Amino acid sequence: MANMSLEKVKMPEQAPDIRNKNFKEVATGYTAEMAIEEAGRCLNCKHKPCVNGCPVNVRIPEFIAEVAKGDFLAAYKVITTTNALPAVCGRVCPQESQCESKCVRGIKGEPVAIGRLERFVADWYMENGKDEIEKPVSNGKKVAIVGSGPSGLACAGDLAKLGYDVSIFEAFHTAGGVLVYGIPEFRLPKTIVQKEIDKLSAMGVKVMTNMVIGKVLSIDELIDDMGFEAVFIGSGAGLPSFMGIEGEALVGVYSANEYLTRINLMKAYIENYDTPIKHSKAVAVVGGGNVAMDAARCAKRLGADVYIVYRRSEEEMPARLEEIHHAKEEGIQFKLLTNPVKILNDGTGKVAGIECLEMELGEPDASGRRRPVAKEGSNFVIDVDTVVMSIGTSPNPLIRSTTKGLETNRKGCLVVNEETMQTTREGIYAGGDAVTGAATVILAMGAGKKAAESIDNYLKNK
Amino acid sequence: MFKIVTKRKLNDAVTLMEIEAPFIAKKAKAGQFIIFRIDDKGERVPLTIADYDREKGTVTIIFQKVGLSTKMLAEMNEGDYISDFVGPLGVPTDYEDFKKVAVIGGGVGNAIAYPQAKALHEMGVEVDVIAGFRNKDIVILEDEMRAASTNYYITTDDGSYGEKGFVTDKLKSLIEAGNNYDAVIAIGPIPMMKFVSLTTKPYGIKTIVSLNPIMVDGTGMCGGCRVTVGGEIKFACVDGPDFDGHLVDFDELMNRNSIYREREAETTETHMCRMEKLGKELIK
Repeated sequence: MANMSLEKVKMPEQAPDIRNKNFKEVATGYTAEMAIEEAGRCLNCKHKPCVNGCPVNVRIPEFIAEVAKGDFLAAYKVITTTNALPAVCGRVCPQESQCESKCVRGIKGEPVAIGRLERFVADWYMENGKDEIEKPVSNGKKVAIVGSGPSGLACAGDLAKLGYDVSIFEAFHTAGGVLVYGIPEFRLPKTIVQKEIDKLSAMGVKVMTNMVIGKVLSIDELIDDMGFEAVFIGSGAGLPSFMGIEGEALVGVYSANEYLTRINLMKAYIENYDTPIKHSKAVAVVGGGNVAMDAARCAKRLGADVYIVYRRSEEEMPARLEEIHHAKEEGIQFKLLTNPVKILNDGTGKVAGIECLEMELGEPDASGRRRPVAKEGSNFVIDVDTVVMSIGTSPNPLIRSTTKGLETNRKGCLVVNEETMQTTREGIYAGGDAVTGAATVILAMGAGKKAAESIDNYLKNK
Repeated sequence: MFKIVTKRKLNDAVTLMEIEAPFIAKKAKAGQFIIFRIDDKGERVPLTIADYDREKGTVTIIFQKVGLSTKMLAEMNEGDYISDFVGPLGVPTDYEDFKKVAVIGGGVGNAIAYPQAKALHEMGVEVDVIAGFRNKDIVILEDEMRAASTNYYITTDDGSYGEKGFVTDKLKSLIEAGNNYDAVIAIGPIPMMKFVSLTTKPYGIKTIVSLNPIMVDGTGMCGGCRVTVGGEIKFACVDGPDFDGHLVDFDELMNRNSIYREREAETTETHMCRMEKLGKELIK
């Protein structure tokens, strides 16, 4: 008999006024008992709608059935047939708009906590599993992966399983892409990312850091000089946008990428690490996405009063509900329907405040969201000494400008055949944010997996 | 890990190192830079490529001890390894079809001006080098620069060596004496680059400056190094570091570079223990 509770088993969490002063993980994860209880809520439907909601089609009811039995190792094996990074996905996927949005139990009550269960199984394996990773037999064919973010890691993992000799080229000194520089420790501990990458290394994947493709080597050199027979570009969308308003060059204005890179990758919040970060009194984070929530919650942990400044209403915020909820609990103040027009100078070149206009919502725009319209003369100032711009990113032009024959759209995203993920050049594939513009971790992983399948087909028939 | 192959002290504050980095050595061009990180706790610091040896697979950097990381690097020795060394970053200098160029180096900026002079000289361009220093004690690369130039002029602020005065005085007198430069390339402290640009502007001489804003990644993903050029935001790490000196907002750059100044002084103080530890490990 299934557990018919309408609600998910609650996730244990650090209390808000404690966690907003440390960088330790907010949600501490299910115990085995909680996982088994929650797994009991799954009805094991025949038509499995949840699986279709997952971009990498994790065999959800099957793994949950194993959890319900208490066989966590078996559950882990089911998950990892299609998902190479379950500890990451269980934590950062927007399940509410993916697998869990399709769950039958969600029609009346809360859906099954698929993400929490996936996370539990992955964490259990990290602690209790034995490394049974076998190095697949090599087929002697070399594939290069550009970028070690979620799409590159997923692509590398699938190709390595098939016996390809895979090398990942990463520009930073640490692999992981947005998983290490973007998403903060309190949402995704970096040791977990490193363990997932170590598993790839154990399968024979070579990770080459400090390699900026487009500078130190071009894609053509990878193919012509270094013997790679196919290339996957997973270089993401890391180029930050600014608003173009007065005062953006003042001391104290950061892009969210810079702010988060200093904190997450360079560990500027830990004493004894050399990279500095401004310890602000009050911070305005401009934007309403997950990145804005991450930046705001980091600023709070560094001791600042923090405002989210967003030009639409909460309903239109692209951030995950859970992140908005967590941010509010931690004391982040939301200035909604508010649009910055100018950053004020204190007279010495530092930020003295941010001047904003009140907005109201008008007609829906092309994206279906109601367009914010400024209220004339409603200018007001929020007192801050730091502004973090989190209004979006676009793909870095480095690769497209150094590789002939790669077509891009007007936003600078690589054009691919959506079935095969092949770019406009034979043997070169792409996926993730480099193709879609800034999206989610799991969509990038799905694209990486799809490309791996195509690369395998291409090289088998070559 | 990247091996320090050669270390040479150029003066009390300035050190030259050759680093084994074959991939970078193969691709490097004048005007480009690298980013280094000493160890796991280290910060990422940009330095211009001063020279390279494609056969030996080495890249030469010349740096002044200013902050914690450059001080720590200066403590390291031949045979030691640093954790990260990435490049070549930035756009190489565009020499167009120059026939006669003045290359101006200010202080340790001469290390960055040197590969420019050398590259132009090898291309057969007439190169006048004006090397400026505060005083005689900090003169660097005199022989190398002489070898890479048609005419070499040296100035010191206090007159203790070469001609007394600033590089801008010398530049002005050379221009007034009828030297028709197709371009002036100026590399050094921000005020020096600013005043060279102001000097050349009335004459309409193309002036290229190499900017040195604070950087983190050096690949265009954070915008920490943004500068205003001709009223537009540019990222020095990918659009530069070379820019038209007549269009750069130097005052803004100077202001932005001051952001961590207090913090830097404090970290250098509190992090001395880490330097000592590193020093001891190296002695072992």
